[in-house]
Amino acid sequence: MATGFGNSQSQSTLANRSIYSRRNFWGGFLFGLGLVAFIDETVFHQLLHWHHFYDKSTTDVGLVSDGLFHALSWFATIGSSFILADLHRRNAFWLKRWMGGIFMGAGSFQLYDGVIQHKLMKLHQIRYNVDITPYDVIWNITAFAMIVIGYILLVRNSLHPGENDKNAHGKS
Amino acid sequence: MHMENHSQDNSVVIYQIIFSGPLLLAMVFYLIAVIVSIRLYNKQWPIYRTIFFILGILSASTAVIGPIAENAHFSFVVHMFGHLLLGMISPLLLALAAPMTLVLRTLPVKHARRLTKILRSSPIRILSNPLFTTIFNVGGMWLLYTTNLYMLMQQHILMHILVHIHVFLAGYLFTISMIYIDPTPHRTSFLYRSIVLVLALAAHGTLSKYVYAHPPSGVSVSQAEMGGMLMYYGGDMIELLLIFILCLQWYKATRPRVLLSNSQV
Repeated sequence: MATGFGNSQSQSTLANRSIYSRRNFWGGFLFGLGLVAFIDETVFHQLLHWHHFYDKSTTDVGLVSDGLFHALSWFATIGSSFILADLHRRNAFWLKRWMGGIFMGAGSFQLYDGVIQHKLMKLHQIRYNVDITPYDVIWNITAFAMIVIGYILLVRNSLHPGENDKNAHGKS
Repeated sequence: MHMENHSQDNSVVIYQIIFSGPLLLAMVFYLIAVIVSIRLYNKQWPIYRTIFFILGILSASTAVIGPIAENAHFSFVVHMFGHLLLGMISPLLLALAAPMTLVLRTLPVKHARRLTKILRSSPIRILSNPLFTTIFNVGGMWLLYTTNLYMLMQQHILMHILVHIHVFLAGYLFTISMIYIDPTPHRTSFLYRSIVLVLALAAHGTLSKYVYAHPPSGVSVSQAEMGGMLMYYGGDMIELLLIFILCLQWYKATRPRVLLSNSQV
């Protein structure tokens, strides 16, 4: 995608990208959220059987939060795919900004899942009958790292006035 | 004892006639309308719409007559399967069959105008608001599974009939308030429908897990767990289709009229 700057075609792509900068971010963010939820469901619930459908210690607010995020991730996965298709048909797809969105969405959801849902709302634990501390630490550090990567990608691929030209000529 | 069995049989027969009658009539009317509109007005009607309608009627019928309906009295899992058919699958199939479009183009103009006028009225505005249909639909389910209503429904035939009509109608209103296949005078934005749809799915998923953990009155723990999981994952599958259609409609509606890149080349 990001090759061949300089001809008129990619100049217009750059213009389109700046118009749809926010859509690139949100498309990625929703995709990241859906991706983490998908990995959570397939790997941890269905394949490893570490997570449980329901844990007796779940608080009521935890049940609501789980329902909300399950629905949101379902919607995010499908919605973000259509946003991606939309960006492509408008020649406005901005890979790095979209990737930044993915890391942000994935990291935020994982951190929320790891801290609020697992610990505060006691929805379920990452794994049962083991010392949970290393699992929690790795889970949340991964989440934090994804947020940092996402933040760096977004800052480097943002639309501050004047930086636009630098991006266009300095990257290729 | 014998008397009781006899009256039980009678009520089952009454019950099956009450449900199969209107469903069968709806299918006959739909098919007549298709034939009339092709023959008289010389307009084509997509074959897949007719197939969707027949499948929709079949899935609603499967839920209320025959083995599933009879076993639903004894098994919560079968009951839940019936509700997925009646409240989610059938309404989606019927919505995709565009019955109102067919009715409007088959009716004589005078009557079609009158019908359109009714569709534009303010009671219909409320009935087609996603927030109303969500409360009507998922709220009804919360009442059914968290109060004594489920028990009452198994004991009183009238209650049984009312609950099932509600599940079907609420499911249909909910579906057509989210995806627009038929003419919809009172439209709401994609963002509004998306947000309400997510909230509705969340309420549905939350109720599934609540049922799993808190069996409705008269339901065993193992039955409630299986029923709750069927409600959760079965609901997911149909909701996936609803979300997909809603997003596809957004994608088509926001189609760029002029390609930006081409306009600048």
